Amino acid sequence: MTVAIRRLWLYLLVGLIAAWLLLPATVVFPMSLNETSQLSIWPKERSLHLYREFFDDPEWFNALIRSLRTAAIVSVLATALGTAAALGIVRGFRRGAGLINAVILAPIIVPVVVAAVASYLVYLRWGLVGTPLALIVAHTSLAIPYVVVTVMASLRGVNPRLELAARSLGSSPAGAVWHVTFPLIRGGMVVGAFLAFMQSFDEVVISVFLASRGSRTLPVQMYSSLIEDIDATVAVASSVILILSIVLVLLVGVTRLASARSDAR
Amino acid sequence: MASGLRDVAAPPTTAASGAPPAGRRMPRIDRLGWKLLVLPAVVWIGVFFLFPVASILLRSFTEFRPPESGGLDNYKWFFESSANMTVLRRTLFVSGYVTLLCLVLGYPYAYLMTLTRGWVRLLLLAAVVIPLTTSPLVRTYAWLGLLADNGPVVGGLDRLGLGRPELLGNSISVTIGMMHIAFPLMVLPLYAALLRVDRRLLDAAASLGAPPRSAFFRVYLPLSAPGILAGSVLVSVLSLGFYLTPALLGSPQQTLMAPLIVTQVRQVLAWGHGGAMAFVLFVLTLMLLGLGALGSRGLLRRASAGRAEEE
Repeated sequence: MTVAIRRLWLYLLVGLIAAWLLLPATVVFPMSLNETSQLSIWPKERSLHLYREFFDDPEWFNALIRSLRTAAIVSVLATALGTAAALGIVRGFRRGAGLINAVILAPIIVPVVVAAVASYLVYLRWGLVGTPLALIVAHTSLAIPYVVVTVMASLRGVNPRLELAARSLGSSPAGAVWHVTFPLIRGGMVVGAFLAFMQSFDEVVISVFLASRGSRTLPVQMYSSLIEDIDATVAVASSVILILSIVLVLLVGVTRLASARSDAR
Repeated sequence: MASGLRDVAAPPTTAASGAPPAGRRMPRIDRLGWKLLVLPAVVWIGVFFLFPVASILLRSFTEFRPPESGGLDNYKWFFESSANMTVLRRTLFVSGYVTLLCLVLGYPYAYLMTLTRGWVRLLLLAAVVIPLTTSPLVRTYAWLGLLADNGPVVGGLDRLGLGRPELLGNSISVTIGMMHIAFPLMVLPLYAALLRVDRRLLDAAASLGAPPRSAFFRVYLPLSAPGILAGSVLVSVLSLGFYLTPALLGSPQQTLMAPLIVTQVRQVLAWGHGGAMAFVLFVLTLMLLGLGALGSRGLLRRASAGRAEEE
């Protein structure tokens, strides 16, 4: 086999894999245009009637609102806690802070199912199960590691002498962090906040355990609908999630691009 | 479950690099102040995450359902039942072959990514990152539609004269769904590792008379070992804990560890059993991570030994 033919095979294989990777995201939208409620990839009769059902049905619509609210709160909380922790780890510990790193990364390492049954057991005793607070508290723990990792990455590139310079010019320690370091790590914080938002917005397994009928987020509503009866409205919920994720990714991309441009200037 | 370990996709450092290691000349009092900043996050995770996890693991030693009565009975229940052992073996097997399949398909994918430029590379990268930012539940739902009996895949196979195979509710759909979730976690570390391999070494091998095949296997492949290791550890750890995919795409007869834990806790209300299985799953995860750490240390040592030999 010549090199060219071998390359061709490689391109063919990789093209097929790429198509397989993109397939699910591309079929969700056509699935949601179904006129009937029978599951179909390319429905013969198309309309937006499932969308009306989604936005008119309080069960679905409220779940969407609850998801957005939870994710927003989680994003703010996790970004605050995670940024503080990243600053503490990078500036406060000479070598890697082994134990602290282990604690902060634990939510990523422990299998989600274990975390789900564990928080169900304990939150039940605390009377949290079924309240919005349960989801906020659990999702924030899951999201903190993502913020810490991204903020630490951008913090490693900031020269701590810049802060010392600000302080030698009369700034307070907090003022130096606020005016000098924060603007430099803003990019990492934005990405961390985004990851935290998505972490909460997409979380299913733990939420299934912690939510009651009245506190279901959108993924939980979708999950129960898939388990009980395959309701075609799930396709609309999927499209809504997909569109929201795309919008968020674009937003983050645009802000990053804008800040990169203003840095270059 | 699948949304775990997503940080691999996080963009790397933003600000300019080349700064000296942080905090070399900080006064000691300052240091304490900085250290205190870690506290809120650590306490939060400690109270709301680690304490529950520790509680459920402890339950396996304190809560029993007759006929179990004390001691390690929950573990005896788990390890002495052949049905449970089948599930454990199946879980390990599935984790292994999902990892292997992802590696076999991910390697050429990552390799081609390093060869392409411009928009082709961007497209290949997007194809990996887009699934990563798509909710695993949404993707699983899409597979339900795609693999359904009246779906396009079965229809396509029928038209090709391959019959109408049953794709949903068995290991085919579970494998496809799991691989789709795990694949990006294999490709991204592989791609990062392959980018670092100096391709001129292949030319050097060729100029010394090595046929392409042995240049690849004796030069390129060993240099990409860190990426193979990192990707395999990520994917195998993720695959051990799969819950959604088997629950929605698989059949109850082919259950895995994660769904079985949920059944024990939710339907049977056997917290001790669930705790023991959670413990087993947790230990397996730690073992895989430990193996990965050992492996990467070994690779580092070999690399530095090789460098010392050259000098």
